Amino acid sequence: MDFPLIAVLAATLTIATPLVWAGLGAIINERAGILNLGIEGTMYAGAFVGFLTASASGSATLGLLAAIIAGALAGSLMGLLTVTLGVNQHVAGIGTTLLLIGACDFSNRILFSAGSQAVTAKFDRLFAGTGFFAQYPMTYLAFLVAAPALWWVLRSSGFGLRLRAVGENPEAADAAGIPVAGTRYTALVLGGALMGTGGAFLTLSLLGSFTLDIVSGRGWICIALIIFGRWKVWPVVAGALLFGFADALQLQLAITPQFGAVPNELLIAFPYLVVIGALAIWGRGVRYPGAYLVPYRRA
Amino acid sequence: MKILLRARDSRWLAPAAVVGAVLLTLLLTAGPIRLAGANPLAAYERYLVTPLMSLTGLGDVLLASTPLIFTGLAVAIAFRVGYFNIGAEGQFLVGTVAATLPALYLSELPGLIALPLALGCGALGGAAWAFLPAWLKRHARIDEVVTTLLLNPVALLLVQGLLNGPWRNSETGFPDSDRFDAGYTLPALVDGSRVHWGLVIALLLVLAVGIVLAFTPLGLRLKAAGQSPDAARFSGIPVATLKWRCALASGAIAGLGGASQVLGVQHQLTASVSNGYGYTGVVVATLGALAAGGVLLVALLLGDIAVGAQNASIVLHVPTQMGTIVSSTLLLTVVAFLAARRYRLVLRRRPPRTQAPRPRAPQPQAPRPRSTQPRGPASTLGQER
Repeated sequence: MDFPLIAVLAATLTIATPLVWAGLGAIINERAGILNLGIEGTMYAGAFVGFLTASASGSATLGLLAAIIAGALAGSLMGLLTVTLGVNQHVAGIGTTLLLIGACDFSNRILFSAGSQAVTAKFDRLFAGTGFFAQYPMTYLAFLVAAPALWWVLRSSGFGLRLRAVGENPEAADAAGIPVAGTRYTALVLGGALMGTGGAFLTLSLLGSFTLDIVSGRGWICIALIIFGRWKVWPVVAGALLFGFADALQLQLAITPQFGAVPNELLIAFPYLVVIGALAIWGRGVRYPGAYLVPYRRA
Repeated sequence: MKILLRARDSRWLAPAAVVGAVLLTLLLTAGPIRLAGANPLAAYERYLVTPLMSLTGLGDVLLASTPLIFTGLAVAIAFRVGYFNIGAEGQFLVGTVAATLPALYLSELPGLIALPLALGCGALGGAAWAFLPAWLKRHARIDEVVTTLLLNPVALLLVQGLLNGPWRNSETGFPDSDRFDAGYTLPALVDGSRVHWGLVIALLLVLAVGIVLAFTPLGLRLKAAGQSPDAARFSGIPVATLKWRCALASGAIAGLGGASQVLGVQHQLTASVSNGYGYTGVVVATLGALAAGGVLLVALLLGDIAVGAQNASIVLHVPTQMGTIVSSTLLLTVVAFLAARRYRLVLRRRPPRTQAPRPRAPQPQAPRPRSTQPRGPASTLGQER
């Protein structure tokens, strides 16, 4: 059987794109010491708000901007809860996710009476017809701009150092004059914006429309990838590619006659199982950021 | 202006914080309700009061609360011991699958044997789904939050796969299982009502868990392990073992909830059997202060809101998702207000200069406590001093 390797690899990049965007956002949050379980809802909000704005204005770029703003707002809500008030981060995150998904579904029901789902302006693939390189602009941006930029920022910039200081040892950071709360807010707003971008990729690049449950656990995948990648940019990108490859493979197998007997749902579940397996193999004994889950308050 | 930590928590402050949170929730949710074209006051009445005003309404509330009691309890005992099981959704779903197994393949059994068998299977199924994250946590120290979360979509896919494949309805061809035989029906509590014996099981569990948590040494150990694992370990409490057992028990309770739902309400397996009960369980457990009685009360409240949301969507055309918005907003405002009550705002003028200003300390102060809030699970509500 001839296996369309190029097509699968191209699909790998496409599928990995939202995970890279949201994963980069999650790295920023967690490096600042905050586990943002609002990621699933933030991606959902990015997908929905991006779609809504693009379909209302006819401009995919405006939609993307709106998704970024929505993500940033979701991040500041997490900031209010976990940084200012010091609420338990698991609870704040799940609550934010439930709220955002509920709010988006609610608006979706009001604005688009059931069934009549509008199709929106969307980004087109660049270099169409070149096979592997025919990717969306957001894919190129994710791999060639956003990931290297964040890698450099975390490694070498003043902001990156402050971010890591705040996540590792907020007392020392505070003593050194770094504004702990301010840095964490910045991290959450920035991270939320990236998560919103990742969600918007689903509606504004991939589908061109919005469907319920569109994120379907990709946010949770990102949280897993962060641990798998030990809070480092390139390993997390590699994890996203691994998931992307597993997903592209199952999509390919689903239309391969030899695998016709395998239940489709098993194939869809396959990438999730791959991530759990990867976590079980490479996720053991990882060192979490020092102030992970711990709110900071001057004594 | 300065924000200071309160030295003492006065008695009226926590209830006042909850009242404030409820008021803020009503205020915040008024906007979307108006957006949907309804009068907020009329909608609140639909959500909270109308379901309680009729016998059928009350029955519906109890019916809607039953799965939430199970998932709420499941999450509560896991959070208590500091095991963050966010996979109650998946465990609930696998519970429904496991309970469906005997119902489809041993369909002839009489109720006296069939029901305990199916319920037991449900509990086992839930525990089995909780096993992998718990095992990975115990033996490889892999964060349970991630693995339990990831298994939720997988569980849904398992249900869908079975319904699209071997368990597809043999008469209609729809992706629902065949209807269960009479032996596999949890009987109604009262004739003519849909409230079933699952509620009694849930209430018994509330009682049992409540007694264990509040009155037994085991309950105290769980609390210690959750709130201050290092101290607990130091005093000889096997924290890892407790977490392991609570993780499995949590899965079993969620799975039992799934079994109760499929045997008592649906009488067949459908893909929409869960309706997010597992995630809502996190809301129930947190708002219920991780205590059995609290879980029961909050489950009833959210059941009330869920029935009210159905009602409001028919009468006022407010989409049912409003129920989710109300309950998640309530969760966030309550945890926020309870956290905020620990601080006070001090508006201070220039301090009176009675003595010479002290020189700045030349070196950093002695190590201070890491945070004002221990990372234990009970801190979800910030009720510790």
